[in-house]
Amino acid sequence: MSLTHALQQRLTENLSYEDLLPEEQPAYVHSYVYLFGAATIASFALLMVTGIILAAFGPQWWHFDNAGHFFNSLHFWAVQAFFFFMVLHLWTAFFQGAWRDGRGLTWVSGVMTFGASVLTAFTGYISQQNFDAQWIAIQGKDAMNAIGAGAFFNLLNFGQMYGYHIFLLPVLVSLLMGIHLTLVRFKGVVRPYEESTQAAPPTSAVTAREGAAV
Amino acid sequence: MNGAAHYFHWGFIQISAANLVVILLMILVFALAVLVPFPSSKRHDREGGE
Repeated sequence: MSLTHALQQRLTENLSYEDLLPEEQPAYVHSYVYLFGAATIASFALLMVTGIILAAFGPQWWHFDNAGHFFNSLHFWAVQAFFFFMVLHLWTAFFQGAWRDGRGLTWVSGVMTFGASVLTAFTGYISQQNFDAQWIAIQGKDAMNAIGAGAFFNLLNFGQMYGYHIFLLPVLVSLLMGIHLTLVRFKGVVRPYEESTQAAPPTSAVTAREGAAV
Repeated sequence: MNGAAHYFHWGFIQISAANLVVILLMILVFALAVLVPFPSSKRHDREGGE
């Protein structure tokens, strides 16, 4: 059996189009708390769009042009919204015990996405091209040196930090977010605690299809 | 953003006003999301709340 065939078979068995693009969710998903993940993705989309525009026009533009100021502010507030909703999503997942019933990898991929996002935001603050950025880089370099990362991750090297911020880390965050979302579709939304304790099977077939929407 | 940040001190706890506002807002939004009922779609209402 070829790798392609094995992958095809596994995806066919475990990730149907119904799982990937579900029209309905279980009744317990009818709550505003389930919108925090989607709000995080929306903020991320705004971050990518404004980030591409900022990268295209450059620091002179975002510092001295009115339109540049506007997109710089949009990018900044999109970051605030991104972390605001991501942490609310984290609280939701934590209080639901979203790692239960075989969803450990979903939780871990979320944690990794959060970590990569923190690093992306950090390199973003260093990439502002102002005194604030210089102050953060000067202060932060000691921490990097203390953990032994200074030789590979030099906060005073603007080219390296900017490269990390606008390419390497966004690609990593996108990739991790894609894995996280696929796993959420793959396993479905976790059942509430009281239902979970009634020996329910953990597969996506149950979580995504069984409980009809209210 | 160019001025000095205002800080609150309670014993060993020290937090900037901006961070405190964000944390309180997050708690408020989370509480509202939990407590406010989510509207049901008309399709399901027609189906008798299936």
